[in-house]
Amino acid sequence: MVEKARAFISRLYILLIILFLYAPIAVLIILSFNDSRSRVVWGGFTFKWYVTLLHNSQIRSALGMTFLLAFLSAFVSLVIGTAAALGIYSMKKRNHRLMMMITNIPMLNADIVTGIALMLWIIQFMPLGFGSVLIAHITFNIPYVILAVMPKVRTMNISIYNAGRDLGAGPLRAFFELMLPQLSGGMISGFFMAFTMSMDDFVITYFTKGAGINTLSTMIYGEIKKGIKPEIYALSTIIFVLVLVILMIANSMPAAEGTKRMGRQGD
Amino acid sequence: MDKVLGKRSALAGPYVIWAVGFTVIPLVVIIKYAVFDRSGAFTLANILSIFAPVHLKALIFSLEIALGCTLVCILLAYPLVLAISRLKFARSGMMLVILILPMWMNFILKLLAWQMILSSNGVLNLIIRSLGFAEFDISNTPLSIMIGVIYEYFPYMVLPIYDAVTAIDEDVIEAARDLGAKKATVFWRIVFPLSLPGLMSGITMVFVPSMTSFVTADILGGGKLQLVGNIIEQEFIHSMNWNLGAGLSVALMIFVLISMTFTINKDEREEEEAW
Repeated sequence: MVEKARAFISRLYILLIILFLYAPIAVLIILSFNDSRSRVVWGGFTFKWYVTLLHNSQIRSALGMTFLLAFLSAFVSLVIGTAAALGIYSMKKRNHRLMMMITNIPMLNADIVTGIALMLWIIQFMPLGFGSVLIAHITFNIPYVILAVMPKVRTMNISIYNAGRDLGAGPLRAFFELMLPQLSGGMISGFFMAFTMSMDDFVITYFTKGAGINTLSTMIYGEIKKGIKPEIYALSTIIFVLVLVILMIANSMPAAEGTKRMGRQGD
Repeated sequence: MDKVLGKRSALAGPYVIWAVGFTVIPLVVIIKYAVFDRSGAFTLANILSIFAPVHLKALIFSLEIALGCTLVCILLAYPLVLAISRLKFARSGMMLVILILPMWMNFILKLLAWQMILSSNGVLNLIIRSLGFAEFDISNTPLSIMIGVIYEYFPYMVLPIYDAVTAIDEDVIEAARDLGAKKATVFWRIVFPLSLPGLMSGITMVFVPSMTSFVTADILGGGKLQLVGNIIEQEFIHSMNWNLGAGLSVALMIFVLISMTFTINKDEREEEEAW
């Protein structure tokens, strides 16, 4: 009886948290079907914002910019960060600690300080624009990759690589076929973490972007006073549904779960 | 390649260059801006202006918001983590998906949605009125800023704690139960201590951003309630006083560093144990 009551309370609690997490999202989804431009008046059900979304070049270019930045910065961070995790791991203790301390700086520092510091430095040698935003995103993304890959480097079995070399595999082949696969779990989660952080960033982009380029975040911020275009609600509903589907598929794949479990034990 | 891998630390080369070029040097630059005035003379006035009444008020307000939000996040997160870990494996995976999914919605849009929910003619008051209670207006109050901040960073508290709790060996808990430990004892003597690394990284990920998130205060505070982030943003974007803005940023940085020292120390000790 007590056990049943406990189970009930814990379910109820989960439900309340879900309600809290999804309340604003429900509001946004409802607004995407609202036939009135006003945020407070319900003007009837419509699909028209989904149609006009297709023809809105401003939103399309901001969306493109957001994804381009996220992909490029996550990819560069993945390459530099994975190499860095391997390198830092084999450093002497003092250097190792120094590098991990520097790696923690962008994560511990307030975004606003990171953004301003980068802006003040970058304007000394190049104009603000796509390049400066990309540099900024790579800078705050590399630490996420390092922190995701590092546990895998710790538990990696280097003998496999050495055995491959002894059996005649070339150094490059041994590296890509015997060493990297052992790190792949950390690399994948590092890449996606970096991708997400880049997509979600507003503050650092805001200070390093200069005039002329916009990501979704900075475009939305600029529109707050004028009123958000309903097409934005339609777009975020589409993104939400897409991510939901992707996550559901990923979650229902038994193989993925198995590796997740193993990874956890390995950490 | 073997030589490189033999001296594998060389692999960190590109990162070392990047970190010096875009993490260390920018900090030096911002400090340089902070310690000079517009005419180029050395001064500590920019940094010390954090103690000017308006700025100090914003700093204290930021601190209150950050401490309050971090505390509420911790208090909300533990029951959730325990509740999720009671679920069967497949369901708990689904629960994590549910938890992570809102993070993909643009956070400014979510804040605007909260603004609509909390405003005097918003959804919350509609429900309250229909239940027959007197309506209340919490828009543009510290409470509404806190709701926004907690909403934004709650998952960052839950996920590391969840990771730490699920990593606990079931056998340890079983053993404690077999030896007669009550549920509360199991939690306070086993689960909680072993979850501390997760809690520490949760605190780091929630405390700092909640102190400085100027967009949240902008949207949910109605522009009247200022966090230290709002003041810095204004100095840069509107007043164009970069030296003062940099000075306040450096002061904020020093402040954050001091308040985080405890957490970092904890992390480092673990790092050493891991070696």
